[in-house]
Amino acid sequence: MSDETKPGLKSPLRRKLLMGMAALPAVSMLGRPAFADVPATSAVNTTGLAVTDSEVTVGILHSVTGTMAISETGSVEAEKLAIEQINAAGGVLGRKIKFIQEDGASDWPTFAEKAKKLLVNDKCAAVMGCWTSASRKAVLPVFEQYNGMLYYPTFYEGLEQSKNVIYTGQEATQQIIAGLDWVNKTKGAKSFYLLGSDYIWPRTSNKIARKHIENHLQGCKVVGEEYFPLGSTQFNSVINKIKLTKPDVIYAIIVGGSNVAFYKQLKAAGIDLSKQTLLTISVTEDEIDGIGGENIAGAYACMKYFQSLDNPNNKAFVPAFKKMWGEKTVIGDVTQAAYLGPWLWKLTVEKAGSFDIDKIAAASPGVEFKGAPEGYVRIHENHHLWSKTRVGRAKADGQYELIYETADLVEPDPFPKGYQ
Amino acid sequence: MFGDYSISDLGAILAMQGFAGLILFSVYVLMALGLAIIFGQMGVINMAHGEFMILGAYVTWMTSNAVQHVAPWLFPGYFFIAMILAFIASGALGMLVEWALIRHLYKRPLDTLLATWGLSLILQQAYRSIFGAREVGVELPEWMMGSWQATDSIQIPINGMFVMALTILITIVVFYILFWSSWGKQVRAVVQNRVMAGAVGINTEKVDRYTFGLGCGIAGIAGSAFTMIGSTGPTAGQLYIVDTFLVVVFGGAASLFGTIASAFSISQTQSTLEFFLSGSMAKVITLLTIVGILMVRPQGLFALKVRK
Repeated sequence: MSDETKPGLKSPLRRKLLMGMAALPAVSMLGRPAFADVPATSAVNTTGLAVTDSEVTVGILHSVTGTMAISETGSVEAEKLAIEQINAAGGVLGRKIKFIQEDGASDWPTFAEKAKKLLVNDKCAAVMGCWTSASRKAVLPVFEQYNGMLYYPTFYEGLEQSKNVIYTGQEATQQIIAGLDWVNKTKGAKSFYLLGSDYIWPRTSNKIARKHIENHLQGCKVVGEEYFPLGSTQFNSVINKIKLTKPDVIYAIIVGGSNVAFYKQLKAAGIDLSKQTLLTISVTEDEIDGIGGENIAGAYACMKYFQSLDNPNNKAFVPAFKKMWGEKTVIGDVTQAAYLGPWLWKLTVEKAGSFDIDKIAAASPGVEFKGAPEGYVRIHENHHLWSKTRVGRAKADGQYELIYETADLVEPDPFPKGYQ
Repeated sequence: MFGDYSISDLGAILAMQGFAGLILFSVYVLMALGLAIIFGQMGVINMAHGEFMILGAYVTWMTSNAVQHVAPWLFPGYFFIAMILAFIASGALGMLVEWALIRHLYKRPLDTLLATWGLSLILQQAYRSIFGAREVGVELPEWMMGSWQATDSIQIPINGMFVMALTILITIVVFYILFWSSWGKQVRAVVQNRVMAGAVGINTEKVDRYTFGLGCGIAGIAGSAFTMIGSTGPTAGQLYIVDTFLVVVFGGAASLFGTIASAFSISQTQSTLEFFLSGSMAKVITLLTIVGILMVRPQGLFALKVRK
């Protein structure tokens, strides 16, 4: 603490006072009782949430077992890191965050049940959680009925907005449009082959991509659009079709284990990604771990965050993450978005001066987080985030190299007109 | 649809598509052989088949890491060692499972379905606890990547050809073991009449254990080979299990020839339809066709004639 070295503060009383005023975070770190600086619980919690004079309880609700554990593990890790950092910096309104973790087990009814448990039994002041849209749709009615607050980290298809959810990932247009514009402008791409796994996110995203390509990009066309059941492992036929149609850009939104099969087979079929442009919105550093960097090197990804981003926030974030979770862990786009959740909640609570859900929901628009690893984010009126769109190129070591980023923050638009 | 393309383009695509079909055929045979042995010869419905495959994949991953650390000069050929280790690991686990679980259930074949399903969940969680929830990337030697340039426009995936060669080899070995070796004769004797086989001095328990081990071991080899074309994660085995059962059931449970014939017809239908329609539609039509044929011929394509 720098206060310790300040001269002329011999009196313990003066010293205590000064600490109380100037070093509020240090006070709660030392576990001192809260005085006037920490607002009374009765004032900041009028709806019976799990807030005491020294603690506030939040929930973490992700799958740590089942199929989705592959993806959701990173989010859990990021949220725990954020909570630990917030506590080290003094907590929220002088209260330490305590978390209760529940396992959604990759099963949507389980998610709903656990969400209800976190809200009704545990009275969590906020919940960081969910990953797939299906799990979010399952818990949404629960959060609306019991008036909870969910911080949802994944990029998703949009077409949703709720008072009880803050979407810290990108909605579809934020991830798609800038990327297509970029590939059209710098690569001169005119023909696109759209691929996806067969469920709502890839289908909605490709729909937006197709509308944008056909209506907004001069002389561009879609030469193919295909979907594969989740878990497909054979892509040789579609790769042959790609060879036949020779598109300028392969636009791939394939997820899960299929991803690995697709890129391995693409490489084996002799499609060289250093010559053939491939743009994806579904492969983060996490996925490359399974695919193998040498199999995807040269592909472009459109995200808002890459682990390799060169800014002071990220340079502090990446080592902190690795220190907590191991040198070998990688940090993908969604992991970073999950890290934003607890911080945005803390900032919103402090802005509202209250833990009450209604006050947080109302105070959320305009909350800025300057310490975001991606740079800077701000919450929009529609509870999504203003953030930049970036294009990176995969390298053989499994990292992305930043190629392009939008000059300004991109406005979130979950209900895009002319794209539905 | 093909108006815009030249004859040579179409010829090249036809050739590559032919190979795509053959590769898919090899993949199906490889993943179904182990199950066909266990299901066909022993009547055990092994729902954990996919997990035995993934054990093989993890063994390959560990071998790859170990070889890179200990003996990097061996790396170009490590895959062959990995496949042998995968066979041993999956086979050993298979024999252990047979001894601990399956042998108590031979008189209740339907219960094996539940028991092995439970086993598959246990194995998945075990993989998750041991290797982590995330997928692991298995690094391949350089020569196994990429494609063989047959002509200017025809490229054939090398790993696809590798899988084909492997499938042919393993099929020959399995047929040799089951149809020409004395042990194979014992297996078939036990399949046809367990009591009588026991009466003429065949140790049926031992035959069961080794048959189950062989089936699981082949699953391990398949899993090892599939690290070239698919993902390796705790639940990746689930990706294969449906197709595997489809191939075995459609072929006729007790017939290895049936398994091969059914793998061939399903893979060709699938890859042709995928080319002309989309991935999802191809799957739907293939499944509908299979359901239709099974309604007419519930015993599958080839049924073994057994006196009951």
